[in-house]
This record gives sequence, structure tokens and C-alpha cells, in this order.
Amino acid sequence: MRQAGMDAALMCVQHGSREGRNVTAWQNDVFDALKEAGVQQIGYVPDAGHAIAIRRAEADPSIRAVVLTTEEEGVALAAGAWLGGQRAALLMQSSGVGNTINMLSLAGNLRMPFLTLVTMRGEWGEFNPWQVPMGTATQAVLGAMGVLVRRADHPAEAGLVVRAAADLAFGSSVAVAVLLSQRLIGAKVFVQKPHERVEGGWREAGR
Amino acid sequence: MSLDRRAVMAELVRDAGDLLVVAGLGSATYDLGAAGDRAENLYLWGAMGGAAMIGLGLALAQPSRRVLVVTGDGEALMGMGALATIAATGATNLAMAVLDNRRFGETGGQTSHTGLGTDLCAVAAGCGWPATARARTMAEVAALRPRLREEALFAVVEISPEEVERFLPQRDGAWIARRFRAALGIAPE
Repeated sequence: MRQAGMDAALMCVQHGSREGRNVTAWQNDVFDALKEAGVQQIGYVPDAGHAIAIRRAEADPSIRAVVLTTEEEGVALAAGAWLGGQRAALLMQSSGVGNTINMLSLAGNLRMPFLTLVTMRGEWGEFNPWQVPMGTATQAVLGAMGVLVRRADHPAEAGLVVRAAADLAFGSSVAVAVLLSQRLIGAKVFVQKPHERVEGGWREAGR
Repeated sequence: MSLDRRAVMAELVRDAGDLLVVAGLGSATYDLGAAGDRAENLYLWGAMGGAAMIGLGLALAQPSRRVLVVTGDGEALMGMGALATIAATGATNLAMAVLDNRRFGETGGQTSHTGLGTDLCAVAAGCGWPATARARTMAEVAALRPRLREEALFAVVEISPEEVERFLPQRDGAWIARRFRAALGIAPE
């Protein structure tokens, strides 16, 4: 929990907000777009970039928010929701896209609408090298599985891109992913405070 | 251990009424088709590990209907995290029955984890499922049947690993899905 809290605090000091961006506003726009599209089930694996959507979904009596153990569950959840007459969305981070690959075969085989919002890591000022491989492959992997990929790079367009993606997915019964770029979200800055090298790694100075 | 899988499935879906049934890929799908085709049957031919979560999405979307997921041990093992996800939602109109032959039957009968010590009922209980049950006789399967239509029950039925004659139900997913939705009275998108 302490780590999660620290990450949330770090949102405020990310590269995105250094460019004068309001992280809260576009995240609210994105959730509003899901609401307007009539989404009633939201499966998610948490990410800081989805924090507001997750919080608002959990608080919304007309939406069922389902925390997942792995992202592929969210594809199957969306299939079940659609079979039962509801619209769903999957919120995940780019690293989770790799976990969904075979489950995405549901979308094409059932010819069902599928909407996922993917917060990107590994592409914009990334600090953690372990995020880079899947972040680099995300778009190609989705495309290879037949998912149409749209992208939002700027806060002002995020809600609009999600609205268009939802219309496309639910209107044409196709699978659509919106990549919410790391530039939009801001690269995590772990090293805001001075760190000093110690035996075996780094630690916050003055502790 | 000696239970015939076809007899087990036939009993589980006997007098199914408007029960919504999701079958996991492989033998569970063949068994469900062999028990009698219905518009309320969803046959999976892929998406291994996804049957339980499809059942959950369906159960949440149709709270006034009962959903039964029937799948094999291999399929359930691949989607084991779903047992935690489902329990966490507290959905009460979803039940799951695993036909456990302790084998990966489709691929040559290799021993699965349930044959190597994994107790799926214990996993489900540990995930917070309110009720779990294990059936080894047809009388116990018959006792499971009403419970699977009333409770949020996770059940394992120990079945014979013996192979049975193939029965292949419809495999056009788009057609199966639209027939299923139509049976629920859902208009096309």
C-alpha cells in the first residue's frame, strides 16, 4: 500500500505535468466517454493512469467494476457481458497486453465489440527497462490479433479518441484499443529526491 | 473415478430450462453438445482459461438468470485466477462444475496438475467461494444438480479418463453467440 501511495504521489511530478498538463481532467474525460458509451462492466488491472476511471467506476451504481488477476480475464469478461447484453471495457497497462493475446481470439470468433484502454509504459522517458519490451510491442501485438488501434497523445484529445473508439467498437462489432500514451500520462519519476549510491543500490538521501 | 463424462454432463444439464450454460473448450464442449443442443448453450472451441470469466460477465449482465460454467480440469487450471476474481465479485447467480479426469485429454492424455496434487475445491475455497463440493458417484452428481442452479457453488466431479466418442457441436462462434443473445431477447447491436 505504501508503494501504491508513493506511486500516486509521483503522478504529480511526472513529465506530463511538467508540460502543464492536468492529469485529472483528461482522466475524467476518458471515464465520461465510457459512461456516455453505455459501458456497464469495467474489468481492470490497476494502473495509475486509470486511477480516476477505476475510482469513479467503483463508485458508480450503474457500472460494475471488476478487479482482475490477469488481463486476459478482462477479454473473457467482456465477451460474457456482451453475450448478456451489456457493454464492457478493459482497462490495462501496456505490459498487460501480452497477457491477452490468445484470449483476443474471442473477439474475432464471436464477432463481438471489444473496447480496451491501454496506458502506455516504456515509450516516453521510461525509467524502468523492464517496461520497454512490451511497451514497444504493444501496438504490433494488438494489430496482429486483429484489434484496431487508436492513440491519444494529448490531454485535449483523450476523451474524443475514446468516444470515437467506443462508437467504432460497439457500432461495428469490432475490437478496438486506445493507447493512452506515456507522454499523456507522464513518465514515472522515481528519482525526484536526491538519491545516493549505497552498497547494492540507491536510497533516498538523508534517510 | 469411474464416472462417464457424458452421463455426468447429461445429469448436470437435465431439465435445464432457461439455464445459461458455458462449456470450456475440448471435451466439455463436446459433452454439452452431446447432451442436446440448446440456444442457451455457449460452446467454446478456444480461449482456453476463459470459460469462467465469460460466465462471470454473463452473470453480471443477467442478474435474474442462472449461469453454469462446465469445463475441464486443464481449462480451469489455466484460468485459475478467475476463481479469485469471481469470488471477489460476490456474484450469486453463477456456479461452476469442473469435469476432472486429471488429464489433458485433447493432447494425448498427459497428467494435469489435478493429477499431481492440486485440489481445485481447496483453491476455490481459498479464493473465497462460499461453497465447494466434490462428487465421485452419480448419486452425488444428482445432488449437485439443484445446488448448481441455486448456489454460488464450485464443484469438482471426478470422472473417468476414458475417451468417449467425439461429438462435435456447432463451432461458428459468431453464429453461436448471436443465437445465444437472441434466446436472451437481446436485439442485434
